[in-house]
Amino acid sequence: MQLTVWTYEGPPHVGAMRIATAMKGLHYVLHAPQGDTYADLLFTMIERRGHRPPVTYTTFQARDLGKDTAHLFQSAARDAYDRYQPQAMIVGASCTAELIQDDPAGLSEAMRLPIPVIPLELPSYQRKENWGAAETFYQIVRKLADKDVRPAAREGRRPRANLIGPTALGFRHRDDIIEITRLLDSMGIDVHLTAPLGASPADIAQIGAADFNVLLYPEIGDTAVRWLEKTFGQKTVRTVPIGHGATRDFIAEVAAVAGVDPALALDTSHMPWWSRSVDSTYLTSKRVFIFGDATHAIAAARVARDELGFEVVGLGCYNREFARDLRDAAKLYGVEPLITDDYLEVEDAIAALQPELVLGTQMERHIAKRLRIPCAVISAPVHVQDFPARYSPQMGFEGANVLFDSWVHPLVMGLEEHLLTMFRDDFEFSDSAGASHLGHGHAAPTAPSPFVPSDVEGQAANTAQGVSTSLDTNGSVETIAEPEGWSAEAEKELMKIPFFVRGKARRNTERFAAEQGLSAITLETLYDAKAHYAR
Amino acid sequence: MTPALPLTAPAGGDCAPVLRERNDSDVLRERGQREVFCGLTGIIWLHRKVQDAFFLVVGSRTCAHLLQSAAGVMVFAEPRFGTAIIEERDLAGMADCNEELDRVVDRLLTRRPDIKLLFLVGSCPSEVIKLDLSRAAQRLSGKHSPNVRVLNYSGSGIETTFTEGEDACLASLVPVLPAEPAGAAPALMIVGALPDVVEDQFLRLFAQLGIGPVHCLPARRAADLPPVGPNTRFLLAQPFLGETARSLEDRGAQRLDALFPFGAEGTTHWLHAAAQAFGIDEMHFRSVIAPGRERAKRAIDHCRERLAGKRIFFLPDSQLEIPLARFLHQELGMAPIEVGTPYLHRRHMAQELALLPADTVISEGQDVDRQLDRVRLAQPDLTVCGLGLANPLEAEGLTTKWAIELVFSPIHGFDQAGDLAELFARPLRRRDMLRV
Repeated sequence: MQLTVWTYEGPPHVGAMRIATAMKGLHYVLHAPQGDTYADLLFTMIERRGHRPPVTYTTFQARDLGKDTAHLFQSAARDAYDRYQPQAMIVGASCTAELIQDDPAGLSEAMRLPIPVIPLELPSYQRKENWGAAETFYQIVRKLADKDVRPAAREGRRPRANLIGPTALGFRHRDDIIEITRLLDSMGIDVHLTAPLGASPADIAQIGAADFNVLLYPEIGDTAVRWLEKTFGQKTVRTVPIGHGATRDFIAEVAAVAGVDPALALDTSHMPWWSRSVDSTYLTSKRVFIFGDATHAIAAARVARDELGFEVVGLGCYNREFARDLRDAAKLYGVEPLITDDYLEVEDAIAALQPELVLGTQMERHIAKRLRIPCAVISAPVHVQDFPARYSPQMGFEGANVLFDSWVHPLVMGLEEHLLTMFRDDFEFSDSAGASHLGHGHAAPTAPSPFVPSDVEGQAANTAQGVSTSLDTNGSVETIAEPEGWSAEAEKELMKIPFFVRGKARRNTERFAAEQGLSAITLETLYDAKAHYAR
Repeated sequence: MTPALPLTAPAGGDCAPVLRERNDSDVLRERGQREVFCGLTGIIWLHRKVQDAFFLVVGSRTCAHLLQSAAGVMVFAEPRFGTAIIEERDLAGMADCNEELDRVVDRLLTRRPDIKLLFLVGSCPSEVIKLDLSRAAQRLSGKHSPNVRVLNYSGSGIETTFTEGEDACLASLVPVLPAEPAGAAPALMIVGALPDVVEDQFLRLFAQLGIGPVHCLPARRAADLPPVGPNTRFLLAQPFLGETARSLEDRGAQRLDALFPFGAEGTTHWLHAAAQAFGIDEMHFRSVIAPGRERAKRAIDHCRERLAGKRIFFLPDSQLEIPLARFLHQELGMAPIEVGTPYLHRRHMAQELALLPADTVISEGQDVDRQLDRVRLAQPDLTVCGLGLANPLEAEGLTTKWAIELVFSPIHGFDQAGDLAELFARPLRRRDMLRV
């Protein structure tokens, strides 16, 4: 058993729902107890869809357990077919139904519905949401793709690509498709099929008619694309076009695969100039911590270092399926890869590294808020505000513009930072004025919590006692002896440092004192440490 | 100074409404797909009420994901609930499962030494594999006594719907309540978790009425469990507490039958039931409640114009539907078309039902597709439903009020009556305002 409060991913049947909801003309009959319909509201509320997800739940209750549940499944499947008349159905079990061992595959086969019915095996106690989505899409493609379909002869037509991977509840999938479709169009390439988002089973049947595949989201589409390579010989463009450089690499790869001139692609990016302009100088070597799904985290690391001039101090992902890719990327930046689905480990890593910017999921946003570190969201899971009304792709040239704005805004702008330092004793810049410029609203300082380690809060609260008690991720209590502590004078000086770098200054000073074997921290120690760590 | 209040009882001098019989056959019972939460969801508000309790769900990733989705932003505030996620290896053998649970609980209690009461909450997976959580609770109670008491209940979807999770939780507390001392004077117990602000209002009113001692179930701290016995009179503050009421009655306590305290009339009737049971003078009762009652009526009046005559359709969710429909009909003049409830407790709901119009369809259970067909046919002015249905119905041009808010917002009592009416008036006002 694993003790958890927060999960980065839902169960695998939620992944299957993401595929079903993305598609048209497909219906999902899910053998599940009463209550599992909660997942509907992820789509109707977070993604703000105006339709119910095309999912029928058997909603069995305790009194149905026994022979009745199999019958319940069949009548639910029958009713769903009669009512919705889908082109194809997927059927499967949620975690509880997996335990009662009705067989959706056999039960639906026995019904002999006049449409393709695709049974799903989603092991709920081993796998998670992304895996469920990938497996579901793969099974749909495998079952529905017409193996005799091949691309028409190339003479006199534009090359055609499939865009593979976008789903319902995907982070910015809606706008990424628009951006990439536009980009391909500027190169003279047509999108034959986007799937699963917006595709029908009939569309999937024609998937083989494209010349090649563009894999936008490996977490969702990798399994299906491998099968398409094998079955149809379609090549795959694997560069994920997130960031200016990656978009250019993407264009080069597409051009090579499609046999077109890469110069046709229209570069509409402001990012290189924005990043070179002098107001961005203060971004140099800002220390950034990156966490999310592997695809977005790896892409973000490249943008952070190569295109914004940040220093990547931490890189991690929550989906183990792509751990190898993330480890390889971490080597490029000389950091320890962090592969975990335990948010407490992520919190510990952030607290220990004291980055100046966190790029992560909504969980990291809350961790960063607590630690008073600026943060931007780069990856699912995300909350409703990250399914925006406005156009905001992550991919392509417009995506690069969006990344620049959304990552830089939480940081204090260069001129503003300069003024803050100059006028730090002015009342507008005092602590009590709050952190509204961090992009989190007007956050009052949070009360220190004795149960969650937080270096910024914890040490401030415990300095007077000389001992701090914190909990590591295993839950054991460890007692850390601290130096005699800060002299009143040094403490006062520390408070003059703007709050958003104060945590780091405190930490650096204490580490310096410990290394030097100093038991007391004086004004001298503070400035010695500042000199020591100057960069 | 205080004018004698005309309590708007339909007949007679007391507050008892005239009961109109509704036959069993009047109730539409349906089975089919249900679009409802499971009882685990109750944890979201219960853990805030009992300040030193922790709710540990023994379930799957789905359970954890549900809590996360339902708790929204609350998940990040180091809440006092979590899920022990059953994994593949736990399913291999039962002994292993119990050892694993002990390990998780040990770790949790080390991490949270402030916890005094731990609920092991059963889920669909734990019920289906027949993991005996009551034995686990006993074993762990022994191990961690006297610091921590460990109890268990089921919040599984196969057994409980949404607010029934609170019922199961409170019912699990009843056997461990201390017995009232022999020869104790009659005491009043308010049963059902209420927001602190509402609970305080009620406690003040009872004090002014001269009713006491008054206890609350659940109490705000685990150590303050209220005593129970034959001299305990209890008022249900919530309509979904059938099992808890039965357990209290098993211990000799007596339920005071009343309307539920929504709106001016419901609250008056509810308080009056206690006043009568404790022999409070009628004039005194009226003078004590007059200011609150007047305020409630004034506050409700703001919404009357917008809501009167409007047709409302309730989909089943929390069992609050019938008392709320009664309030909206009785005090705001709304016309309930269909009032759906996940479970109908006839005895507790008898007085409420009697006040609903005879042509209102009462439905118990759900076949969601068929019920939505009825909604579309009726084209109600306002449809009360869950968040999975609200936006899709809005997209079809129907105005909705999402039901979960009614469970999380303070809506009971005189001083929340205006807010309660406003919750229903606001979607209609917004519908009329928007020009997009």
